[in-house]
Amino acid sequence: MMSKDVRMEMLRLLLALACGMLFAGGLVLSEMTQPARVLGFLNVAGMAQGPFPGRWDPTLAFVMGGAVLVTLAGFAWSQRRGATPWLAPVFSQPLRQAIDLRLVLGAALFGVGWGLSGYCPGPALASVLTAGPDVLYFVLAMLVGMALARRLV
Amino acid sequence: MAGYLQALAGGILVGLASWALFAGLGRIAGVSGILSTAWVRSEESPWRWAFLLGLIGGGAVFATGGAGLELAAPRPVGLMLLAGLLVGFGSVLGSGCTSGHGVCGLGRRSGRSLVAVVTFMATGFATVFVAASPIIPKA
Repeated sequence: MMSKDVRMEMLRLLLALACGMLFAGGLVLSEMTQPARVLGFLNVAGMAQGPFPGRWDPTLAFVMGGAVLVTLAGFAWSQRRGATPWLAPVFSQPLRQAIDLRLVLGAALFGVGWGLSGYCPGPALASVLTAGPDVLYFVLAMLVGMALARRLV
Repeated sequence: MAGYLQALAGGILVGLASWALFAGLGRIAGVSGILSTAWVRSEESPWRWAFLLGLIGGGAVFATGGAGLELAAPRPVGLMLLAGLLVGFGSVLGSGCTSGHGVCGLGRRSGRSLVAVVTFMATGFATVFVAASPIIPKA
């Protein structure tokens, strides 16, 4: 017979595993694991090439739109008055609140790397086992970049 | 049009996964945050590894196998390394990426996340405009 604590921890791990898989499934279905799709979206100059949308690829906007519609409704509903998470005592909130140079500089550097490669962390991890050497190099360097930032700031 | 509906459906799945992690564990499904802090030994690291296992394993299980959209030219190793460094460094410095600030942060109506999303979209647009346009295939 498992203790209540052990059973709770198992449920937490199973839910996290399932969320990771569902997240990956959504990225694969929406083709966000393909850098050409992401670069096609970031290529705004493509709008000028041919009738709208030209060579610009709006796919990413549909993906982000669908995801944010769900989180807008879901996060608000989950945090209704008096509610707590299913498997945890409280909803954790991000620690940092300020809109500062650190936030803007970090996001700016992130966007440059994203635009150079067409990969951000989620799609890169979801395709790291199947998409060949490019994404492998990307993920290794990303881990180094993360470790550097954690040491320096 | 079918492609856009498929993209919308995929986005809804990503949103559901992010919502379920928040509703169940009370945690934000920000991939860069989860990946960069999973290495820190704490009572939070097991669920982080479970999520990463699901993301990496799920991606491999669901991978379509097809070549998909090919880029018009191969990319140098150095470019991928530089891009990875910038994405890793920038996401930790800026406390989030497309998932944490984009999918979750906008859903939480966080002003910080909106600023981050507008910023990385802008530098992403600028970077592709300057550097990557020629290798992008026709959608």
